[in-house]
Amino acid sequence: MTEAFSGQDLAQKINQILPDSVVESAPQAIVVKKESLFDVMRFLQETPELDFNYLTNITGIDYPEYLELIYQLVSLRHNHSLVVKTRCYEKEKPVVPSVVSLWQGANLQEREIYDLLGIEFEGHPDLRRLLLWEGFPGHPLRKDWKAPGEEETTAFPREETQPCL
Amino acid sequence: MEITRPYSSLELDREEGEVIEGLKKASQAPLPEPELPQRMEKNVLVTSLDRFISWSRHFSVWPVTFGLACCAIEMICTSASRWDIARFGMEVFRASPRQADLMIVAGTLTWKMAPALKRVYDQMPEPKWVVAMGSCAISGGTFADSYSVVPGVNRIVPVDIYVPGCPPRPEALLYGLLMLRDKVKSEAPIKLPKIELLLKLVSPALGGKHR
Repeated sequence: MTEAFSGQDLAQKINQILPDSVVESAPQAIVVKKESLFDVMRFLQETPELDFNYLTNITGIDYPEYLELIYQLVSLRHNHSLVVKTRCYEKEKPVVPSVVSLWQGANLQEREIYDLLGIEFEGHPDLRRLLLWEGFPGHPLRKDWKAPGEEETTAFPREETQPCL
Repeated sequence: MEITRPYSSLELDREEGEVIEGLKKASQAPLPEPELPQRMEKNVLVTSLDRFISWSRHFSVWPVTFGLACCAIEMICTSASRWDIARFGMEVFRASPRQADLMIVAGTLTWKMAPALKRVYDQMPEPKWVVAMGSCAISGGTFADSYSVVPGVNRIVPVDIYVPGCPPRPEALLYGLLMLRDKVKSEAPIKLPKIELLLKLVSPALGGKHR
């Protein structure tokens, strides 16, 4: 079984080297400021005793106040894992640094998130829509997205969605 | 690390988007009432030969493989030994539309897939038939309101037989295919408008003396 890293221990370690980069930490995950996301990710990948060489997946969520990205990292050498989150409060034009230069596997996933949630990844080599076609109106996984000609959004009321961390 | 691509398919994407938007726009109009076969077509023109051709045709309706979702599994079951559509001469699922008479649209059709479906249908030689299998192919099913799903295959291609179910059991598909066989058998394969078109095409070669 892959051993999950304690987020709190690691957050202290990261904050010593990159001060004020981790805003929140819990045993299961750390929340990183989006401005320092790339530096934290590079630190996690390049430090030999951490050595997170595999990005399992990236998820994007639309919460009422912010957009959240969840990165699931695994070290195949040390057999441990970590969950890193980052939040983007500018919902009108969200921009987050891309991690494609660290993990090639992020390429298509970031394109999918850009396609469906409208988050722009700064530094992505080829940021185009992945699933929908060019010219599609808007980003349909946003909770406030409406189909053209549709009056009301069909999503659940916003109060019902609660972040878990 | 800078990654450069030898190609930029943004243009291709945009082109594809235009095709999809065009299809979407064209399918917004209300669907016309199905045309009733005209008595003339069926009875006056070389009736016995027509009937013979139709009769011989209905023994081997070859489907093109078009499984899109879970309905495809049921379609595969139908072709396997337990239900065995080989009994009706339909077992040859062709991977090439050029050799097929029937398209069983088995599963959810998305807008992104719609141009491919239309192309495969257009590539099939006449006469051709379409079976819409399952709720999604009939009306979009659960996903009818979705941003990505076509609400009914009949918005893209004309459909002959609808087989309801989610997914339909192989028995249901077999029943639909038997109905289709009946339709093929009773259908007049040569339609008057097409003959007119043919005559117009060959007319110059005949020196305009075809009548």
